[in-house]
Amino acid sequence: MSETRPVKIKVRGLSKVFGSQPKKALELRDQGLKRSAILDKTSQTLGLSNIGFDVYEGELLVIMGLSGSGKSTLIRCLNRLIEPSEGEIVIDGENIPELSDKSLLECRRRHFSMVFQNFALFPHRTVQQNAEYGLEIRNVDKDERRQAARNALKQVGLEGWEDAYPNQLSGGMQQRVGLARALANDSSVLLMDEAFSALDPLIRKDMQQELLELQHRMKKTTVFITHDLDEALSIGDRIILLKDGEIVQIGTPEEILTAPADEYVERFIEGVDMSRILTARSAMRPVRATAREDDGPRTVLRKMSENGLDSIYVTNRERRLLGLVEGEVADRAVKDGQQGIASLIHQDFPCVSPDEPLHNLFAMFSGKSFPIAVVDYDKRLLGVVVKGAVLAQLAESGEH
Amino acid sequence: MAIEFPRIPLGQWIEGGLNWLTSEYSMVTRGISRFTQTGINGLNEGLMWLPEWALMAVIAMLCWRMAGMRLAIGAVAGLALIWNLGLWNPMIESLTLVVIATLVAVVIALPVGIAAALSERLYRTIMPVLDFMQTMPAFVYLIPAIPFFGIGSVSAIFATVIFSMPPAIRFTTLGIRQVPKELIEAADAFGSTRRQKLLKVQLPLSLPTIMAGINQTIMLALSMVVIAAMIGADGLGNEVWRAIQRLRPGDGFEAGIAVVILAMLLDRLTQSFRKERKQS
Repeated sequence: MSETRPVKIKVRGLSKVFGSQPKKALELRDQGLKRSAILDKTSQTLGLSNIGFDVYEGELLVIMGLSGSGKSTLIRCLNRLIEPSEGEIVIDGENIPELSDKSLLECRRRHFSMVFQNFALFPHRTVQQNAEYGLEIRNVDKDERRQAARNALKQVGLEGWEDAYPNQLSGGMQQRVGLARALANDSSVLLMDEAFSALDPLIRKDMQQELLELQHRMKKTTVFITHDLDEALSIGDRIILLKDGEIVQIGTPEEILTAPADEYVERFIEGVDMSRILTARSAMRPVRATAREDDGPRTVLRKMSENGLDSIYVTNRERRLLGLVEGEVADRAVKDGQQGIASLIHQDFPCVSPDEPLHNLFAMFSGKSFPIAVVDYDKRLLGVVVKGAVLAQLAESGEH
Repeated sequence: MAIEFPRIPLGQWIEGGLNWLTSEYSMVTRGISRFTQTGINGLNEGLMWLPEWALMAVIAMLCWRMAGMRLAIGAVAGLALIWNLGLWNPMIESLTLVVIATLVAVVIALPVGIAAALSERLYRTIMPVLDFMQTMPAFVYLIPAIPFFGIGSVSAIFATVIFSMPPAIRFTTLGIRQVPKELIEAADAFGSTRRQKLLKVQLPLSLPTIMAGINQTIMLALSMVVIAAMIGADGLGNEVWRAIQRLRPGDGFEAGIAVVILAMLLDRLTQSFRKERKQS
């Protein structure tokens, strides 16, 4: 379903060879040789090999891999801080590797803003002047760029620090300046190169949260590099797993956790706290039977007994969830000769969105254990989660 | 039997080249000579026109603003001593030579240093040349200076510029090359042109290093200006030179101490300029 979203950057057949004879190395690669064999034979390092993926408009795509996996090379190929050896990178119809120097400059200014691992702030410029840099080199009018920089600094919570110098700020604040410098530019893509890796764990969590909020607010297309799986899982809409310069798996955090592509990914995801990452959607089952609002008590009771249920969810024609009817109540209504079920419906049941993390679901199973209803934003019933399913899901992913 | 290997007439070649240069470009050298001499005279006259106490006050103010009270007091004490020893005018003449030589050296060194920092090829060509310029005994430069510009202060400045320029070039190159790679990358990532990168990132960040180079250039210039008395340059060096010829160690030391005072003053002043830049 996500594949129908508009594509912002299309990457196809992207490779990068470090060394003087890239052609030779790529030929060997095409003959099926691996990175280490190519290095032995030609002393050329195959940094990236035949990378292909799409970045969708407005998504936060995480490229994750250990050091040496080629992730830094990959993000730098996107804006040609590193020249790719072959392949295409298309953004808004322009193929970046083919651009002339002048068009490349223009393309970098319009499309890409980058946030760096070690902040890379200009130490001789104030916070304000740092944030203005991208606009300044585009010769944007002084007042305009001042305003844009101020807005960006406000977005990252640095109001009042405009006149400070970077070395007067803590690491976390410095990276906020880095982020503001990128945001002020208002480019269409945000490239974040291990942006939070140099920060303390606590500050890092904060920054991740803030990035998510920012991203939610601004819907900025973001490519985020990290070596930290937890970080990838908690902020990524989708994750690309990179190993030895090749893509191992592309998928949502859940897909990667529940269906790892190979042993490498499996080993990787060992030790991840599954209940934090998995959501109600993954443990959700289709509803076996629902009652309609115009059903009589007798029909409802029959549906329950046919499906072995103690209670049943009631929906209207659009599958909007109206409430829950319990078996005993329906039974009593039949004996009393009641006609409709409208008076039997109650709202005292747990109800969550599909994105609710599983660990929040445990508490809801206390008391009368109704299945948890999973509804979308329109209150349409998508499925239910029963207690056993949560545990089963956790056990299953824990096995890997 | 030993094979007779003819001596290479290296010296003759160089002389031939120099002669050719002198005769072919006498127009140019004479022009430069006249122009430089006018500059020297103007600056000398200007500085000497000021009463001694006025110039001392100006220098003390400058020291106070740039480096604080201690240097200001030291400067006044040192200059007062020079005045008292009757070496004021030679001191001014030396100062003029240093200022002009340094100006010329820096004006040449900055662009060359920048170019060498940005081009690996130029860097590799220029470094041995700088080694040559620095290690060649300073006196040697005095000899060709005379046929070019005649005996006197212009020749002194020519030799001084050549001798004192290398550190300014080296430090400029070093400063620009030392700018962290990440900052260059950041500048590139935002789409800076080469010019923008140089003016907004590389030069401001290498300024402290460049200033250190200029400081070195000033020090070398001062030492050379003293030596240049051998080819008729005015100033404190001339006093020393005269003391040697008349075997008067007392006079020699007096002039020598004046050189030391001038050197310390110039050094502290330019260093403070560098520190101030760093803080902002």
